[in-house]
Amino acid sequence: MAGQVQALRRRIRTVRSTKKIAKAQELVATSRIAKAQERVAASKPYSEAITQVLTALASNATIDNPLLVPRERVRRAGVLLITSDRGLAGAYNANAIRTAEQLISRLKADGKEAVLYVVGRKGVGYYKFRNRPIEASWTGFSERPSFSDAKAIGDALLEAFVAGADDTEATYGPDGIQGVDELHIVSTQFKSLMTQSAEAHFLAPMQVEEREVEPGLRPAYEFEPDADELLDALLPKYLNTRIYAALLDSAASESASRRRAMKSASDNADDLLKRYTREMNSARQAAITQEISEIVGGANALAAAGSDV
Amino acid sequence: MANQLPVKVVAVEESVWSGEAEMLVARTTEGEIGVLPGHSPLLGLLKEPSQVRVKLAGGEQLTYDVSGGFLSIDADGVTVLAESATPATPETH
Repeated sequence: MAGQVQALRRRIRTVRSTKKIAKAQELVATSRIAKAQERVAASKPYSEAITQVLTALASNATIDNPLLVPRERVRRAGVLLITSDRGLAGAYNANAIRTAEQLISRLKADGKEAVLYVVGRKGVGYYKFRNRPIEASWTGFSERPSFSDAKAIGDALLEAFVAGADDTEATYGPDGIQGVDELHIVSTQFKSLMTQSAEAHFLAPMQVEEREVEPGLRPAYEFEPDADELLDALLPKYLNTRIYAALLDSAASESASRRRAMKSASDNADDLLKRYTREMNSARQAAITQEISEIVGGANALAAAGSDV
Repeated sequence: MANQLPVKVVAVEESVWSGEAEMLVARTTEGEIGVLPGHSPLLGLLKEPSQVRVKLAGGEQLTYDVSGGFLSIDADGVTVLAESATPATPETH
């Protein structure tokens, strides 16, 4: 009986310390969400401006940039998957990976070979464990990505994309590098504190939206250097901006997801604590009751024995 | 005001500076360009690396070291977009 009380007390201690960890994680994640959202907001002016500039450019330049022209035959498709470095984030990574897997099987059904690019230790671990090849991976910044991280990823993807332009059925083309013919990105979009959804998007070739503007209203831009050269210089920057935005959004989603998971973990811990405390109290009471009845029983037995003599 | 030029300096990670200025001087791949209020619309790629100087009304001047930048001038003013823009010390120009 006393042993049971002891065991319960030990269990309560364990749950209490687990709860402390979960609570701390929850608080950290809460403050990270705010920070991540701030950074999303801070990156908005640039992405809006570059979109505006590209729209102006696209209507003036000849659209033959490799980033804009869909390839006739798509053999290999690059998939950039954004996951987190740490776990304890609920279904965040599982959802991202599941979305990526759906995309990959869809690509396979179309006769395309999927080439994986992975951000975050969790995604890398998933594919390493299953012995699936990863073309390139980046880790260590999932919670606070910087633009240089996005740039490193963008540069690698762009290189593969450009190298894929001259690939033929049998050879890797004159450059001898096997590239990719299109690029997809799987990231988690931050919709609200309660909803984040993993989504797959097209990254390259980009689609140009020809917006109908009345000719007189469109500013007649001068270009330095000329429009085509500018477009060539700006498109890779735009690609990096897109990746950066996806990284930031995923970072915010990761923290929101972690906050929710940790909140339900600490709520669960509260419930467990309550239950174990009640169990322990009733066990202690039972032990006391038993002791008393043993003493009373013993005294009675002694009294009965004394009266017999 | 007609003789003031609205200027925005925007880096990828944050908006660096915005306000009214007398003039903006930058160096594109083609050469140095000075922008006064009422400049015609222009898109330019900035030289790598380069500095952007913003001349304020009081004769003050702000200088930024800019990398991976370009410049957009339209009716609403000048926007300098850069991968990174950091204030430069006055001695470096």
